[in-house]
Parts: sequence; structure tokens; C-alpha cells
Amino acid sequence: MISLRNVHKSFGAQKVLDGLDIDIEDGKITAIIGPSGEGKSVLLKHLIGLLEPDSGSVEVDGENIVALRRSELNRIREKFGMLFQNVALFDSMTVFENVAFPLEEKTSLSKAEIRGKVLSALEDVGLKNIENKFPDELSGGMKKRVGLARAVVLNPEIILFDEPTTGLDPIIKRAIHQLIKDTHAKFGFTAVIVSHEIPEIFDVAQNVAMLFRGKILQHGSAEDIQKSDHPAIRQFISGSLDGPIQMV
Amino acid sequence: MVQALGHTTIGVLRDLGRAGWFLLYSIYMILRQPGSLVHVMKQLRFIGAKSLFVIVLTAAFTGMVLGLQGYYTLAKFGSEGMLGTAVALSLIRELGPVLAALMVTGRAGSAITAEIGIMRITEQIDALETMALDPFKYLVTPKFIAAMISLPLLCAIFDVVGIYGGWLVGVKLLGVNPGAYFYEMENSIVWRDVYSGFMKSFSFGLIIAWIGCYKGYYAGHGAEGVSKATTESVVLTSVIILVWDYFLTSVLL
Repeated sequence: MISLRNVHKSFGAQKVLDGLDIDIEDGKITAIIGPSGEGKSVLLKHLIGLLEPDSGSVEVDGENIVALRRSELNRIREKFGMLFQNVALFDSMTVFENVAFPLEEKTSLSKAEIRGKVLSALEDVGLKNIENKFPDELSGGMKKRVGLARAVVLNPEIILFDEPTTGLDPIIKRAIHQLIKDTHAKFGFTAVIVSHEIPEIFDVAQNVAMLFRGKILQHGSAEDIQKSDHPAIRQFISGSLDGPIQMV
Repeated sequence: MVQALGHTTIGVLRDLGRAGWFLLYSIYMILRQPGSLVHVMKQLRFIGAKSLFVIVLTAAFTGMVLGLQGYYTLAKFGSEGMLGTAVALSLIRELGPVLAALMVTGRAGSAITAEIGIMRITEQIDALETMALDPFKYLVTPKFIAAMISLPLLCAIFDVVGIYGGWLVGVKLLGVNPGAYFYEMENSIVWRDVYSGFMKSFSFGLIIAWIGCYKGYYAGHGAEGVSKATTESVVLTSVIILVWDYFLTSVLL
């Protein structure tokens, strides 16, 4: 279980998280939705210790990671995999080397075993015969899938997805969403997805939390959020220009 | 105005503290987790081997101009025979370490900053951290080790090529006695001169890696942030090398 309690985070004078509380349920897909610039990615980076809150606690399996030293934090991070918004593949490495990298560094598997695992992870995300290509030779959708293969290759307990389908065409979007659902069903990890994809995200996530003005407005099952009568949630789901959410 | 001054002072102190921490942590990591030999070899090739051409070229012309200037100055006192000593001492104690370091700063220091800066803005460094891997082990310590090994070697090559550049102009073009050129040099240069040159090169290697990596690691946003970090890295490294050279010379003399 990941729990954030009374988390505050500001960048200069800009307050991003303002006393945020949330509990992420184990083994489920939780989506964080909300308008652009509300701090969804900032929230995600707090979960894995890439950002530290100004105050408040971030607990992973009962351990407050805010207070941990780097070596202890790394022990917690071994539970995580992450798919970044811009994928963050190592651009000087091939696709094979990118997916093999965590296995080479974190396990004592033989080269043959690593090769087998990498090819299998790539096949799971629908990619074949691209292992010798470099990231800049791939399309956006292929990069996302390689990023997903790298995130799942160590079988982490928790995977964070930062806008996994932004900038992709509708067909690739659906394919990526299906892939997340399939890999979740296969490995049973806890997933946290930051997404703008309304209404598709309700089909992917079991739980949904709406972030607005630095706080979680409502957190519940996908059905509950879809039926919510909160004006900001209604406006966000309908994409209306009128309501409490103002364009910046 | 007082507020702005305070804000700037705090900013400068914070940067200095962060840069100091970066250096200390890099040294700690070199001792604890120096990184794989493959990464170090790759950096040795990039920082050392690939700088050879520019080092040889600069050294040759530096030696030649020293030969030319030295000859006409010494000729006024009838001491042309001391040309070898003058060229060698200037190169070994001062120009070799400093010019080699400035050349490597321009060629490799800027590239180090750009490489790490791009990895920072494209979240590749964050990706390493999320894998519970220390980015210093992969990106920083191999560059420190390679720079500290490469610079003394490049300096030695600079010195030798420069001395032969001076020989070419002094002996072959201007007619200085070849025996005197090398004999006087051999008589005057002591181990302390060579040692102080190498000490300088070693510390310049540390400075190039330190500032190059630090500026890249904390590069600002976007292409502009990386471009600014790269410029700052080259300027700051060059200035620190010259200032540090003065202090080191005053201690080692």
C-alpha cells in the first residue's frame, strides 16, 4: 500500500500539492486524472522519491520514504518500475540494451538468460526484430512499448505510468491501454497511471482519483468517479469550458 | 535592492555548496563504486585518445612559437644555447599542463556537460534513479577517473611534441646547435619540474570532470538550459584552471 499524508510541495511561489492525501490500493490499477499543470506528474514522482515533499509523508508498505537515506530509498525503489511521459530510453543504447540494462545491473543472470528474458519482454509488448535499433529510429508508440518492456522486465510490485498514451494516435492509444491491462492481469502489479484520456481511462483503471488545486477531490472506483456530481469532476469528464476549472 | 542582493548571495552560496557536495560525493563514489571498466575505457577513449590530434597540433605550434620568440630574446644576450632549456621549462612547468587542459575543456568538457545535460532533461537520469541505480556510478565516476588518467598523459605528449616543435624552429630553421639544445635542457630540468607539471595536469583533469559533470547534472530546462550549462561549463572550467594554476604554482615552486 502506498499512502500520502498531508503532502505539500511548492516550486518557488507556485503551490502544486497542498495537503494532499491518498491511499493507493495494492494490486489494482489506480488512475490519477486532472487538468494539465495540476501536479499529476509531480505527485507520481513523489511516490518513488524523485521529488521530496516540503512537508508530509509518503509511505510505501508502511515505510516513510521521505526520511530515508539514498541506500535505503534504493531498497524501496527496487519494488518499482516506471514508464516516463517521454519514455526516457537511454538514447545511446539499442532497444535490446535498454531492456537488458536493469537485468544486467540488478540480477546475476547469465547472458543467455538475459537475452531470453529481453526477447520475451519485447514479445509481450508486441515487438519483434527491433532489438538492434536505437530509440530515435522508433515511432512514438514503439518507444512506449519498449519503455513498458523495460519497466516490467524485473517483475516489479508497483509500476508508475506517467501519461503513457500522450501524443499517440487513437489506435496506438487503445493498444497501449490494452497492453497495460494485459500485463497487469499477467503480473498482478500495483499500477498508478497519470492520464488525461477520458473516457478510455475508466475502462483501464479500477480506481480513479481526481487531482485539483493540490488536493485529491475524490477517489473511488471508476464507476463512482464517472457518476460523481462534483462540478469540477463533471466538467473535466465532459470537457466543458464552463465550470470551476479555468484554463490558465 | 537589499532583498535582491540577499537573494543573489543565497543563490551563489547554495550553488557553491551544491558544487562542493557534488565533488565530495564523486570522490566518495570513485573510492566506493568506481563503475565498470568498460565505462572507464569508453571515457578514456573519448576524453584521452580522441583529444590526441588537437593536443599534438596545439603542442607543435606552441613549441614552434616558443622556439621563435625564445631564440630572438636569447640572441640579444648571446645565449641561444639556452633555447632548449627555455622551451622545455616553459612547457613542462606551465604551458603543457595549462594548454592541454584548456584544449580538453573545449573538446571534451563541453561534450560531457551536453551529454549529461541532455540525459537530465530527457529524464534518463531519473530513469536510472527509478531503477535504484546511482547515476554517479554510470555517468560521473568513469568520467572523473578517465579525465584524471588522461590529462597527465596528454600533458606528457604535449611537452614532448612542444619540445620537438621548438627544436624544429630553433635548430633546423634558425641554426641553434642541436647538441646545446638538448644538453642544456637535460642539465636544467629536474624531476620536480616534471612532477609539478603532472600534479597540475592531474588536478586539472579533476576540475574538467567536476565542472563538466556538475553543470550537466544540474542543467536547466530544455535545449536552452543545456546550451547555457555547456557555455558556463567551458568558461568556468577555464577560469578555475587558470586560478588554480596560480595557487598550485605558488605552492609547488
